[in-house]
Amino acid sequence: MAPMPNHSATGLRIDLKIIAEMIDPGSRVLDVGCGEGELLAHLRDARDVDGRGMELSMQGVQRAVSRGLAVIQGDADIDLADYPDDAFDYVILSKTLQATRNPRLVVEQMLRIGRHAVVSFPNFAHWRTRLDLVLKGRMPVNELLPYSWYETPNIHFCTVRDFVDLCRAMDVRIKASLALDADGDVQRFTADSRWANLLAVDAVFLLEK
Amino acid sequence: MVLCADEPLPLDSGARIGPVEVAYHTYGTLNADRSNAVLVCHALTGDQYAVLPHPVTGKPGWWANLIGPGKVVDTDAYFVICANVLGGCMGTTGPKSENPATGRPYMLDFPVITIGDMVRLHVRLLDHLGIDRVFAAIGGSMGGMQVLQLASAFPERVFCALPIAACARYSAQNIAFDEVGRQAIMADPEWCGGEYLLEDRVPHKGLAVARMAAHITYLSEAALTRKFGRKLQAREKIGFGFDADFEVESYLRHQGSTFVERFDANSYLYITRAMDYFDLPGEHGGNLANAFRGTPVKFCVISFTSDWLFPTRDSQAIVRALNAAAASVSFVEVQSDKGHDAFLLDEPELHDTIRGFLDGMADRAGLDLSREAR
Repeated sequence: MAPMPNHSATGLRIDLKIIAEMIDPGSRVLDVGCGEGELLAHLRDARDVDGRGMELSMQGVQRAVSRGLAVIQGDADIDLADYPDDAFDYVILSKTLQATRNPRLVVEQMLRIGRHAVVSFPNFAHWRTRLDLVLKGRMPVNELLPYSWYETPNIHFCTVRDFVDLCRAMDVRIKASLALDADGDVQRFTADSRWANLLAVDAVFLLEK
Repeated sequence: MVLCADEPLPLDSGARIGPVEVAYHTYGTLNADRSNAVLVCHALTGDQYAVLPHPVTGKPGWWANLIGPGKVVDTDAYFVICANVLGGCMGTTGPKSENPATGRPYMLDFPVITIGDMVRLHVRLLDHLGIDRVFAAIGGSMGGMQVLQLASAFPERVFCALPIAACARYSAQNIAFDEVGRQAIMADPEWCGGEYLLEDRVPHKGLAVARMAAHITYLSEAALTRKFGRKLQAREKIGFGFDADFEVESYLRHQGSTFVERFDANSYLYITRAMDYFDLPGEHGGNLANAFRGTPVKFCVISFTSDWLFPTRDSQAIVRALNAAAASVSFVEVQSDKGHDAFLLDEPELHDTIRGFLDGMADRAGLDLSREAR
């Protein structure tokens, strides 16, 4: 949905590597919107994780399945309802929240079926996005947000501050938060800090119910 | 090959049947540690001729596009087993087999059987072959029902399971179609109260009508329209009569008449009944997840978008239950307009999914598929 960030030395996308480091070894993980299963395969091989995936595209599911991963074809907005309570230690939603129809419900479902939720999303309040809107008076289209408004899958953009407000409204505890720059590198300030809303390109939140 | 087992097989009905014969084919070579077996389960009117040409019709095996050297289920790597089901008519004990108590065919003295009974007989065959655990069990339609039953009742005997275009609980609509087929057979005077074999007669017409009705359920409206539309059969205009004016009529008649050459009418009654009785959640207090609690079996569930006989929601119910039971499950809904029959056809997405799953699972099972290991 957002442009592909750089890859780490291990070949894993940097944002996925950052998420992987939040996961305790040996835990049970559901990756929602798992793509071709890059993160799940890494978690299985490097962290002994018992992972499951959900992915909308059949090609993604097929590739993930051929890696020996357990992945089902499904839609975060609909199919999370099928999982029992507390089935996982972590439920991950990486750069997909802004493309769901009902983001609040999705986060609620994630915290129903998992003890923790890991959510990453692009920050719509980043200064470049603000500048685009203010100076050009148009919906921002740049390398960070490459789609035109009429064809974007991203229907529910939010800012870091918006997301923090949602967590508060849902009475969800933010256990950790990271602000990432355009290279995907972790910033010194946390995502719920004052500067993050202006300077974070992407944010990663570790939530706990 | 035929396995003859003298020990009677206990059935879900409480009856016992024996001795029992199982007609089966194998392809490929069993490796040294007997870990590369793939059990292929056939559908209602299938048989052990999954790969070899059928002895009656001469047509290629029903899954010859999937199984073979270098194919998706690669017989250079796997030892593939396919057995005719209990109640069948291609060599496994069924209603046309001789009843040792009377010296004549069982006919309607054959006990009513279930999918569970079929699976118990498969397990006997595995015992006979010295296979503790098959690497994979795979089947479509009723074959998929056997795969689910096997994984549920004998989880230690299967590493991974692929139920395709299947269900865990046979629907009212499917029971209804089966009943139409059975009534068509029993309404044929040539059926002779089930004793046609003694009278040297065959209920051709009844069995053909049963097949014609069932065949429609295996297709889809889109497939019928694409293949036939309203095209006329070898004529310029409609005939104002009841000949086969339309190609689709001619096609169905052909399906019916070729089917009766190779299938036994009483077997059709018994096997459809076994499907009617299939209710895996019903056997587990109404909760399908209980059929799979703590299962080590890894599942890959596959459905087809245009299958209205075993629709995707049936497969989703299986996936949901497996998730609730914390089982390892993958699920793909394949885009196809070919209806239920798609599982038998050369559908690239189906084949890619099966190949990918088997490769991934072989890796996980630590299966050495090189020639040296065999």
